[in-house]
Amino acid sequence: MDLEDQSLIQRIAEEHGSDVVVVLGQPDADSAEITAETVHNGDPTWAGPLAGVPLRLPVYHILEDEVKGQIDPATYEAEVGLMVLTLDRERILEGLNRVRNSA
Amino acid sequence: MELKGKKVIALGERDGIPGTSIADCLKTAGAEVVLTLTQCYV
Repeated sequence: MDLEDQSLIQRIAEEHGSDVVVVLGQPDADSAEITAETVHNGDPTWAGPLAGVPLRLPVYHILEDEVKGQIDPATYEAEVGLMVLTLDRERILEGLNRVRNSA
Repeated sequence: MELKGKKVIALGERDGIPGTSIADCLKTAGAEVVLTLTQCYV
């Protein structure tokens, strides 16, 4: 993840604490897992400001039923609908669960 | 997890779902989007 983006996320997490949730839109399992790892356990590449900084932010993916079920169906269809057909939802969620279960 | 009233970081990707699309969706759930990012790996 871009170093500047890591700084922004760290600042928001520090300002708002436990109210903050991260929702991802990564297209594959590897990028979803690395991004989730960065905002939950710290930057796994040890290159950015979140290296060694476990923010422990709750992290979800826009494809998860728990998220989708709270969104207006017409908006979801317009903004996400086509991509659902091309993404490997199961593998993406497996990657997220690995991060959640690692803490 | 209830999105309503949460402060959300919409962290999308250009080759997946862009941050702006995630943000538009989450607003309809009553979440407050505090940061929208779209990552790009080339």
